[in-house]
Amino acid sequence: MSKTPSTLFDKVWDSHVVRKIEDGPDVFFIDRHFIHEVTSPVAFLGLETRGIGVLFPEKTFATADHNTPTINQHLPVEDPLSANQLLQLEKNTSKYGISHWGLGNPKNGIVHVVGPENGITLPGMTIVCGDSHTSTHGAFGAIAFGIGTSEVEMVLSSQCIMQPKPKKMIINVNGTLGKGVTPKDVALYIISKLSTSGATGYFVEYAGDVFRNMSMEGRMTVCNLSIEMGARGGMIAPDQTTFDYIDGRELAPKGADWDKQLAYWKTLKTDDGAVFDLVINFNASDIEPMITYGTNPGMGMGISKHIPKATDVEGGVATYEKSLDYMGFAEDDAMIGKKVDYVFIGSCTNGRIEDFRAFASIIKGRKKAEHVTAWVVPGSHIVEKQIKDEGIFEILTDAGFELRQPGCSACLAMNDDKIPAGKYAVSTSNRNFEGRQGPGSRTLLASPLVAAAAAVTGVVTDPREFL
Amino acid sequence: MAYDSFSVLKSSAVPLPIENVDTDQIIPARFLKATERKGFGDNLFRDWRYDKNDQPKADFVLNNPTYQGKILVGGKNFGSGSSREHAAWAIYDYGFRCVVSSFFADIFRGNAINVGILPVQVSPEFLHLIFEAIENDPKAEFEVNLEEQRISIVSTGASESFDINGYKKHNLLNGFDDIDYLQAMKDEIVSFASNR
Repeated sequence: MSKTPSTLFDKVWDSHVVRKIEDGPDVFFIDRHFIHEVTSPVAFLGLETRGIGVLFPEKTFATADHNTPTINQHLPVEDPLSANQLLQLEKNTSKYGISHWGLGNPKNGIVHVVGPENGITLPGMTIVCGDSHTSTHGAFGAIAFGIGTSEVEMVLSSQCIMQPKPKKMIINVNGTLGKGVTPKDVALYIISKLSTSGATGYFVEYAGDVFRNMSMEGRMTVCNLSIEMGARGGMIAPDQTTFDYIDGRELAPKGADWDKQLAYWKTLKTDDGAVFDLVINFNASDIEPMITYGTNPGMGMGISKHIPKATDVEGGVATYEKSLDYMGFAEDDAMIGKKVDYVFIGSCTNGRIEDFRAFASIIKGRKKAEHVTAWVVPGSHIVEKQIKDEGIFEILTDAGFELRQPGCSACLAMNDDKIPAGKYAVSTSNRNFEGRQGPGSRTLLASPLVAAAAAVTGVVTDPREFL
Repeated sequence: MAYDSFSVLKSSAVPLPIENVDTDQIIPARFLKATERKGFGDNLFRDWRYDKNDQPKADFVLNNPTYQGKILVGGKNFGSGSSREHAAWAIYDYGFRCVVSSFFADIFRGNAINVGILPVQVSPEFLHLIFEAIENDPKAEFEVNLEEQRISIVSTGASESFDINGYKKHNLLNGFDDIDYLQAMKDEIVSFASNR
């Protein structure tokens, strides 16, 4: 009897179901659990209130990233509330025997950067974290998604959460990407086509030439942004690129264990003839460098285009007008040439070495525009070291940029890295919501290349001019 | 019991006819620094509710005493964005027990149920009727009946059914939560883990 063809997603999901509840969710087993200082304290408090413990402390990994400062990390954290959250994480992880890479630890960095770069994230795993950008880890062929604090408490106490199985979508992008078109542009393009709710209820598999030819860093950027179209997560079948990335990383399997796992990882792909609930196809050649002009990540367009009219977009006119009003833009405006006050490169979306290489490729031999404040924030200490080892640090310094210390930084502005009210920031992060980068801030989401071009010219600029 | 059980809620409603209300609007990141679950209601919709000098903005619905109630009615794609459960805590702590929309973001919907808020997804047409009823009479009452899975506009009798899975419904009706369930099946989980 031939086996029914199944998708990559089905293979990983089904092998992690502990119990199926009739007319209810699946009891879903979690292989890896990441925690950070902001969404974990109430979960630990819950354990104490109930008088229960942590079932498998070795399956949870903690890092401090959301509200950590990006300068003077050797000094005590000034903000008492942030300092208290960091202290609670330290205390809670120590009490339950959970590995903790706190501020100052050489492995510290953004949770979705340090997991993969240390070999914790592996194909076929189920991975959760109290952070919606956990979808990043799907780049390895893992099922990874963000959870709420109640679920953090569930994972700590039982290594399971209760999840209804999402529907399945496959997004194929075939062809060759044009000059200056990066993984970030591919993701922003897809989101602009599907809207911020177009994939709600689905888990996405990305397939086709573009993802097959993409580096792991690029795949992480794409999977990271899956949540911005409402998807629970996104994943890419592991291949030689994946295996080469993992091989030799500190906590990755070694020796006979590696061979055994590798054999399993090679089975992790969608079988021919497997059925998806929704199939979407795009052509790589239709994608140009992207920029957002509104207050959600779906409000993006090719950088050379003009802002659409309210009557030409789906959704309510009032919501659209409120959004443009907040941004200080008008229908039909060109984005090219708009003044930029701040540039932020970093975050779990674009805070990996490849992103800084791209940024440096444009700023090399040029100077930062004088009126632009730029925050260059590596995703981790390991990325920071790569920046220094590869000579990118000198390129940054010569062009008038300052390299900061790792953390989430201006992506969500929980620390002091806040964009002032009314100011415009070209940001390589993931959300352009009202006030996301500080009360009143105005965010233009873009790739590291677009960020670099804006940083040297001081206005929104097509990066292809520099390539 | 982690929250009060939910059966029938009869209340007026607060209208927020905006689409894509994201969790950064529901509770901005700078208010996520607590280590206990209290006081989040004060910062619900903080930047829509207060100006930069912390003065209430008169044109925002939560500052308009005409609109009261335990039901919050939002536009399509309510709760998009981050996984912060603080957004659901803020809504609950402010006093809402039910959020109605024509579409919810996944993580928010799950978080809401987990903290004892009932997310009621209605058709775009019924959402329109609800907004219309509130516009005609800000004191208009709505009845949300979880057992029957039905939401009604009391004055007109118009009603619509809504979906919720049987397991979650049972939890909400009884004030049970997932952790109680998972603790009761710990042996099964440990055995599953050891066979992996």
